[in-house]
Amino acid sequence: MSVDDLILQWSERVREAAACGQALCLRGGGTKRFYGRPEQGKLLDTRACRGIINYEPSELVVTVRAGTPLVELEAALAAQGQMLAFEPPHFGPGATIGGCVAAGLAGPRRAAVGGVRDFILGVRMIDGRGEVLRFGGEVMKNVAGYDVSRVLAGSLGTLGLIVDVSLKVLPRPVAEASLRFEMGEAAALHQLNVWGGQPLPISASVWHDGILELRLSGAAAAVEAAIGRLGGERIPDAVAEARWRALREHTDSFFAGAQCLSSQAPLWRLSLPSDALAIELDGAQLVEWGGAQRWLCSGLSPEVIRARVAALGGHATLFRNGVREGAVFHPLTAPMLALQRNLKNAFDPAGVFNPGRLYEGL
Amino acid sequence: MGEQLDIPGYGRIERDFSRVDARRLVQALLGVLPAAHVLHDPEDLRPYECDGMAALRQLPLVVVLPDSEAQVVDILKICAGQGVPVVARGAGTGLSGGAQPHRFGVVLSLARLNRIIAIDAHARRAVVQPGVRNLAISEAAAPLGLYYAPDPSSQIACTIGGNVAENSGGVHCLKYGLTIHNLLKVRGVTICGDIVEFGSLGLDAPGYDLLPLVTGSEGMLAVVTEVTVKLTPKPQLAQCLLAAFDDVVKAGDAVAGIIAAGIIPAGLEMMDQPATAAVEEFVHAGYPLEAQAILLCESDGTPEEVAEEVGRVRALLEQSGATEVRVSRDEAERLRFWAGRKAAFPAAGRISPDYYCMDGTIPRKRLGEMLKAIQAMEKKYAMRCINVFHAGDGNLHPLILFDANKPGDQHTAEAFGAEILELSVALGGTITGEHGVGIEKINQMCSQFATPEIAAFHRVKAAFDPAGLLNPGKAIPTLNRCAEYGRERMGAGQPVAHPDLPRF
Repeated sequence: MSVDDLILQWSERVREAAACGQALCLRGGGTKRFYGRPEQGKLLDTRACRGIINYEPSELVVTVRAGTPLVELEAALAAQGQMLAFEPPHFGPGATIGGCVAAGLAGPRRAAVGGVRDFILGVRMIDGRGEVLRFGGEVMKNVAGYDVSRVLAGSLGTLGLIVDVSLKVLPRPVAEASLRFEMGEAAALHQLNVWGGQPLPISASVWHDGILELRLSGAAAAVEAAIGRLGGERIPDAVAEARWRALREHTDSFFAGAQCLSSQAPLWRLSLPSDALAIELDGAQLVEWGGAQRWLCSGLSPEVIRARVAALGGHATLFRNGVREGAVFHPLTAPMLALQRNLKNAFDPAGVFNPGRLYEGL
Repeated sequence: MGEQLDIPGYGRIERDFSRVDARRLVQALLGVLPAAHVLHDPEDLRPYECDGMAALRQLPLVVVLPDSEAQVVDILKICAGQGVPVVARGAGTGLSGGAQPHRFGVVLSLARLNRIIAIDAHARRAVVQPGVRNLAISEAAAPLGLYYAPDPSSQIACTIGGNVAENSGGVHCLKYGLTIHNLLKVRGVTICGDIVEFGSLGLDAPGYDLLPLVTGSEGMLAVVTEVTVKLTPKPQLAQCLLAAFDDVVKAGDAVAGIIAAGIIPAGLEMMDQPATAAVEEFVHAGYPLEAQAILLCESDGTPEEVAEEVGRVRALLEQSGATEVRVSRDEAERLRFWAGRKAAFPAAGRISPDYYCMDGTIPRKRLGEMLKAIQAMEKKYAMRCINVFHAGDGNLHPLILFDANKPGDQHTAEAFGAEILELSVALGGTITGEHGVGIEKINQMCSQFATPEIAAFHRVKAAFDPAGLLNPGKAIPTLNRCAEYGRERMGAGQPVAHPDLPRF
C-alpha cells in the first residue's frame, strides 16, 4: 500500500472511531508501553508508515515517517557524521521515531543541547477529526502560526497520530572524553552547577553512590583543554561509550540491579532545578543532567515523594512499576489542567487517541 | 472538506467589537488602577498608535499601564467581563504590527513591569518581569560571566515579554537557539484572570509542554507577567572571518560546505553586492566592494577551539572559491566586520526614502535560486532590493527600496514582498522566520497553511481564549479573509518606526 493510501486509511479509521465513540491505541515499536498510564483502545500500529523522506546533511534537517525504527534513522545520520543530539533512549530494539517524539524522553545530552521538543521543526499529523494537518516545516526559524509541532513531544499520542516529523540534527562531536571523580552527593551537585556556569564542553553527567562521571564533547582542542582544567581520572573511551549507552537505556547496574528494576521497585523520575539540594528521600538515587534529573527507586508513598520534590521546585513522574492506574504524572494546577483539557478537545474532541495515557480525562 | 469545521465564530469572520462602551470601560479600569495609569485622552494615546510597523496607525480606546501582576489580572477580568479586545505591548519595536492597537480595545502596556527580580549565578538563570529590555538582562549578568544568548537586532530596546510573544531570533541563533530554547519558565495570566506557569525551573514540566505554544503566540494566548531565562557562560573569545565571493551561488555553497563539515558557527551572515555597497558608504567597514556577495562567519569558544574552527572555516571558504578571506585580528576589527552587517537597515533607509523588510526562511540550498528570482522581480516591479541573510539558518531579509510618497510605489513594494514570501513557501520555507505574522503577513498565512490548519489554529486559540479577546485579528487569518485573499491583498509592507534602532 502506498503511504498516501495508508494515510487515507488511517484518517478513515480515526473518523470512524470518533463517530462511534471508540478509542485508538497508537503504538510504534511498543518499547515504552511501561510509561504513562495504561493503554486503552484498539491498536493502531504505526510501523507500516516508515522510511526517511528527506535528509539533507548540509541543511541539518531530516524528515522521517513516524514508524521508522530509531536504529535505522540513527544509522542514516551516523553515516553522514550526524546525530539526534537529544540522545533518545530506545528501551528496546523496535523503538520508532514517532514513539520517541510522543514519549518526549531525552538521554544524557539533554542538559547540554536541549530536549526532543527543541529539535522538532515540523510535523504532519492526523487529528481526532481525521484531518491531515501540517505544522512547522523543514527550516530552522519559523514563527508562522502557533508552534503546534513542538507540543507533540511528550504528549504520548493523545493529541494526534504523527505521520512524519522533521527534526534538526547536529554534527557528531569531533572529540569526546569521559572523566571520573570521587565525590559525595552535595559536593557533586554544587560542582556540577559551578561547572555549568563556565564555558566547558560538558555533554553529560551522572552521579551515583559517591562517583561523579562527566562526558566532554566538542572540538579536540576544547576537550583537551577541559581535561587539563577539570582533573579527575580518565575513563577509557570504549568503557565510557558503553557506560553512557547503558545509562541512556537503563541497562546499567543502577537501573537493572537489585535495588531497582529487578526488584520491581517503583522507579521515579524527578525533574528539578539543577541547583536543588539533595532530595533526602529513602531509596537508591542516581543524578543526571547536571542535577536537573534525578532517578529514585523507592517504596515511599507517591504523596511523600511528590511533596518533597514540589518543595524543591520540581515535579515527579512514576516512570516504571508501581500503581500505573493512578496519577503517574505530577498533578497539575486547576487552571493548567483546564488549559490542557481544552487543548486536548481542540485536537481530539471525541477522545479517540490514547485516552487517559497522560492524565485521566486527557 | 465539506463537513463542519467546528471552529469558534471569530475564526470565520472578524468579530465586531463596535459596541464596546468606552466610558464604562474607563470607569471600571479607574477602579483598579491610579488615574495616571489609565490613558484615554487622544493626545496621551498617540505614542501607542503603532509599533515598529509604522504605516498603519490606529488609536486604541484606552492604554493601561499596570505595575503588578495583580493589576494585570484585574484589567483582564474587566476586559473579559465587558468583551473588550486586549493588545499586550512591550517596547513596541516589533516589525509585523503585532502590537498594533485595536480600535475598540485596550492596549495593555507591560513597560512598567520592568524589574529584574533575581539573577542566580549558581543556577544560571534570571527571573525578570516582561518589560525588562533584552540587553538589560545580559548587562546585569555580565559581572557573573554570563549572558542571555538570543540577540534580536533591536535588543537595546525590545523587551523580554515581546521576545517571548514573537519567539525572537537574532544573529546567533544557529548555535544558541531561538527564544524558546533559552526559556525555562513563563508565567502569564489568561483572559479569565487565571495565573498559569508554562515550563518549570527544571528542564521539563508535567503534562503537555505548552511553553512552545505560548512562545511566539503574539500575545494571543496569555499575557506574560514573568519570565525565567537561561543564562549562558560568556565565551572566552570570539573571532570573525570575512570572505568575498564573485558569485552569490558560490557564497551559498560555501555556507552549505561549512555546515556539512560539521561546524556550527556562532553566526553566519551573507550580504549581496548592493547591500555591501549601501552599508560601506554608510559605515566604512572596509568591505570589498567588487564582491558579488560577502560572508561573515563568527567562531566563539575557548582560544584553542576558536583557533581550530577558524582554521577549518578559512580552508573551506578558500575551497569554495572565496576571492578573499580576512580574519579579525582583534576585538575592534571583529566589531568593524559586524558594523556593516548591523548597519544594513539604516543604510537602506539612507539610500531610499522607504524600505520594506521581508523575513522569509528557506532551505539554505535554495538561496541561489531565491536570489536569482529576486533579481528577476526587481526588473518586473522596476524596484530595487538589497539582500541581507542570516545565511546559517536560511532566514532572508530582502529590503525592498521604495518611496511611499510616489503614487503606487507602496502598492508595488507590497506586491513585490508578497511574491518573495510566496516563493519562500514554494521553496519549502516559511513566510516569517523571526519577525512574526502580526497583521503584516496575515494574508500570506493563507498561502502557507490550508483551511484545516487555519481552523486548528483557531481551536488552539479558543482553548486559551474562547471569546477571542486577546489580540484579535492578528497572526491567524479568518477563513473569510483567506477566501478573499488572491482577489484583494491588504496592508502588507510598511516603513519602519524607530529608525534609530539597529535592525539586522
